[in-house]
Amino acid sequence: MRPALLRLDGVEAGYGDMIAVRGVSLEVRTGEIVALIGSNGAGKTTTLRAIGGLVPVRRGRVDLDGTRISGLPPAAIVAGGIAHVPEGRQLFPTMTVRENLELGARTPESRRRRPETLARVLELFPRLAERRRQLAGTLSGGEQQMTAIGRALMARPRLLLLDEPSLGLAPVVVAAIFENLARINRDGVAILLVEQNVTRALRFAQRTYVLENGTIALEGPSARLSADERIKRAYFGR
Amino acid sequence: MAVGLTLIFGVMRVVNFAHGDMMVWGMYVTFLLASRAGVDPYVAFGAAAAALFVLGLVVQRGLVDRVLDAPHEMQILLMLGVALILENTALLAFGPEPTRARSTLAAATIWLGPVFVDVARLIAFGVALALTAALWLFLFRTELGRLMRATADNTFGALVIGTDVRRVYAVAFGVGAACVGAAGALVAPILPWEPATGLSLSVASFNIVIIGGMGSLLGAFVGGLLVSVAESLGAVFLQPSLKELASFSLLILILLFRPAGLFGNGRDG
Repeated sequence: MRPALLRLDGVEAGYGDMIAVRGVSLEVRTGEIVALIGSNGAGKTTTLRAIGGLVPVRRGRVDLDGTRISGLPPAAIVAGGIAHVPEGRQLFPTMTVRENLELGARTPESRRRRPETLARVLELFPRLAERRRQLAGTLSGGEQQMTAIGRALMARPRLLLLDEPSLGLAPVVVAAIFENLARINRDGVAILLVEQNVTRALRFAQRTYVLENGTIALEGPSARLSADERIKRAYFGR
Repeated sequence: MAVGLTLIFGVMRVVNFAHGDMMVWGMYVTFLLASRAGVDPYVAFGAAAAALFVLGLVVQRGLVDRVLDAPHEMQILLMLGVALILENTALLAFGPEPTRARSTLAAATIWLGPVFVDVARLIAFGVALALTAALWLFLFRTELGRLMRATADNTFGALVIGTDVRRVYAVAFGVGAACVGAAGALVAPILPWEPATGLSLSVASFNIVIIGGMGSLLGAFVGGLLVSVAESLGAVFLQPSLKELASFSLLILILLFRPAGLFGNGRDG
């Protein structure tokens, strides 16, 4: 069995007095695609932010390659090889697409290889090459999502955290984005995907975790979960 | 100077109430160098900028950093406190009497065609222009400058990509303070000042920044020009002591028709 790239062990995290995530344990192996699904407010976004160091981990731990990363600042976690495509994209609207992408390379290594990575990203998203001089705030939703993914790739990550990449996008655009994500994964980048589109998530990921009220309620290979009665009832209304 | 205030507000969303007092300190640094070491004020501006850069860095790292996540009132109280300390330290060190830095260059005036131009003001304008251009280059052409714009644009986004946001803040505050330090040095030969001048300077630069639009560099520069033209016209057509009437009327007019300022985007409320 391949070693765990990312491992969460009893992670508790939240904002202020509110604990959004209580005792989440999960694993992402090298090169794997894992989905994290669950209803609104189940703690999916908080889990991703806790991994990225954007929300403090109160209890439990997060390990990358067996080394603890919980408690480290976001910059150190990015340098360790985890790039985050946050909910709402969080681009820099008054800066050009190219500037947005280039800023994704923050570590010395990724900055050295920036031209090479940028070429690869623009090859993946030819649309961004056309729009590279345009301000990010003037892009369509799909283009913004591509920019956010491209910006994360500029860090040359081993693990990509994706928070609701399909949110607010037309089905055609969503399909194109998932096709690109599959290509990125074939380059060897592991993906942890948070998605409200359960059908798509189950089809895309090899394994899936179901988050309910801040804890993992179900987990397993996506194919098995798709057939699970509880999933059918909760998410497909059948 | 308004450019410095804009930078600090734009990046950190902290209103620097100590801005005018920092400028007064830039003037005193220039004065000390001029009177003790015989350095011409126009040469001393680099030193004034450097000294204020350090002051800005210390204020940010030591104080502002602790209240960044606190409510706005806390930041306002803190910055007012810094302003009081700076003003009263100046009072203690230099006394309440008005001071002026002498420059041999400033005494001269030249005729440019039909107009009579004060060399000191010409230099001040030229250097301010050059500094704004340099700041623009820094913000648009260097990695750190781009990070600063990114942080101003979307702080959470900057954090997500792995920016050391505290370092960006410290540099932004330092550079902002350095801008006022340089501004202080430039006007030191033109404008006599005393420790209490800081408050009116702060008010003047807030006026400029609000007219130009909060957080906009271009706005700060155009706002500065508009305010000085309005004040000069006010001084000519009304009375010299009423010149602020012109600039504040301009402020009210602009707020009535463009509440976000000339170049503001309205997103900062």
